[in-house]
Amino acid sequence: MITFLFAASVVLVTLLLVFELWRGSALPRHKFGFAFFRTSVWDPIFDQFGALPFIYGTLVTSITALLIAVPLGIGAAIFLAELAPARLSDTLEFFIDLLAAVPSVIYGLLGVFIVIPLMRLYIQPALKSTLGFLPLFQGPAYGVGFLTAGIVLAIMVIPYIISVSREVLLSVPRDQREAALSLGSTHWESTWKVVVPFARTGIMGSIFLALARALGETMAVTMVIGNTPIISASLFSPGYSIAAVIANEFTEATGDLYLQSLIELGLVLFLLTFILNGLARLLILVTSKRGSETALA
Amino acid sequence: MSARLRWRKFVSGFMLTMTGVCALVAVSVLCFILGYLVFHGGTSIGWNFFTKLPAPVGETGGGMANAILGSAKLLFLASLFGVPIGFFGAIYLAEFSGSTVAFIVRYAADLLNGVPSIVIGIFAYSMVVLPFKHFSTLAGGFALGLMMIPITLRSTEEFLRSVPNALREGAMALGASKWKTIATVIVPTAYRGILTAVLLAFARVAGETAPLLFTAFGNRFWSHRWNEPTASLPVMIFTYAISPYDDWHRQAWASGLVLLGLILAINIVARAILSRRSAVPRS
Repeated sequence: MITFLFAASVVLVTLLLVFELWRGSALPRHKFGFAFFRTSVWDPIFDQFGALPFIYGTLVTSITALLIAVPLGIGAAIFLAELAPARLSDTLEFFIDLLAAVPSVIYGLLGVFIVIPLMRLYIQPALKSTLGFLPLFQGPAYGVGFLTAGIVLAIMVIPYIISVSREVLLSVPRDQREAALSLGSTHWESTWKVVVPFARTGIMGSIFLALARALGETMAVTMVIGNTPIISASLFSPGYSIAAVIANEFTEATGDLYLQSLIELGLVLFLLTFILNGLARLLILVTSKRGSETALA
Repeated sequence: MSARLRWRKFVSGFMLTMTGVCALVAVSVLCFILGYLVFHGGTSIGWNFFTKLPAPVGETGGGMANAILGSAKLLFLASLFGVPIGFFGAIYLAEFSGSTVAFIVRYAADLLNGVPSIVIGIFAYSMVVLPFKHFSTLAGGFALGLMMIPITLRSTEEFLRSVPNALREGAMALGASKWKTIATVIVPTAYRGILTAVLLAFARVAGETAPLLFTAFGNRFWSHRWNEPTASLPVMIFTYAISPYDDWHRQAWASGLVLLGLILAINIVARAILSRRSAVPRS
């Protein structure tokens, strides 16, 4: 019976968390309503709070991160699942698990002292001279900004994509590969046209999982994004994200409306990750179930 | 060999090599991080780092003794709060519960696991900091403990479930009560797995910074009581890294090295415990 109390407390705490976020953000919800998400003025002095720049920054950095991390991560997962001998695959997986355990503040530290100077001195000028005609790569190279945050986030989420995708690829039944090979396809064709499509939903799941991580990531982003609430088409421009603004301003928030606006941002972040995590788990479950069913049949 | 087949073989070889390159890049990032941290942190770490308080702004030298102790206190509190709930909750899930309750508890745990750490910080702020009207070690420990619950719970449950039913039935057949069975047969059988789960949860929260920003806050001196704000290694790394002082940057590298070394060591130990011998006898 005692164990039941402990189990119940998990549910209770989770419910309490949702309730506190909801209750704690009552003021701005009533005052601004949906305008909170549509306006982009963040002015604590005049009590005007619009969340658009933060939502924009969170989405842009996360999408940039995925654009970099997904091809790399899936490529590495294919190597580990299809090509590498089991011994090597397990050893590399061990290192990748360690990479997933590195705390985000360490990534932030490396971001500040390695990625930012690299971006400012080499990568951003190079992008500007080659792809500068695109609105994405214009403006002064500060070093900090959306692109830098995206790159640091990509490095952080790659281990998650690799781990989950590798598991899912390994759960694809052997017959599928053998059938493709026996029909005369090359190793790559059997991998890309048979194994990967079979595991598609699970790989999608790993991507959603990575996206949820990227959206909620705080420290590394705070340290490299530039912390300026502006919306700009250029990836070089400094920006701000939901998690970063909470981290920076929560302790300094004066007045209830200011504090509660930050809590409402927390609520938004919670709901976003809640939906994405749910989708991710569903997709991974569907794939692994399908794999085991086919194996049995 | 026809040109088409040659082309297909070339594509196959090329793409498979590319996947190898991807894997190489991903793993070399870890080597790079470790190498850079050891290189930069190693030169600025010394006896002072572990024994002295932070120097006043503008002076060089000083250490992070208070942050190291603060982190230890926070992690102690977190384990005190998070591990029992996770452990006993898992026993309930694996040994007692019906499927509906189990589903709800598991769902709640997964939900909690997915909550961004900064949101956990907000929650701890409104639950502990506001009522006490004080940033405190207690609030930081609460936030970290909260994050330990779902990790401990879910993996402990997995390991308990993998204990073969024959062992349960054997114990029952000898006349042991349910509790006796759990305490003397099931938990000892799965203890390696459970230990691994707890260690991994511990390592995960040891590096968390975001939930501490407005719960444990920070402190440039010793924190004497549990209801006082305290310094912690991750928060110190953050403040020092974004500061404009070169000496602080060096110390940020040093604390990064200490923190990462600790976390990787725990991870490796945890995995070694699990793999030394299969935790559960195969039936």
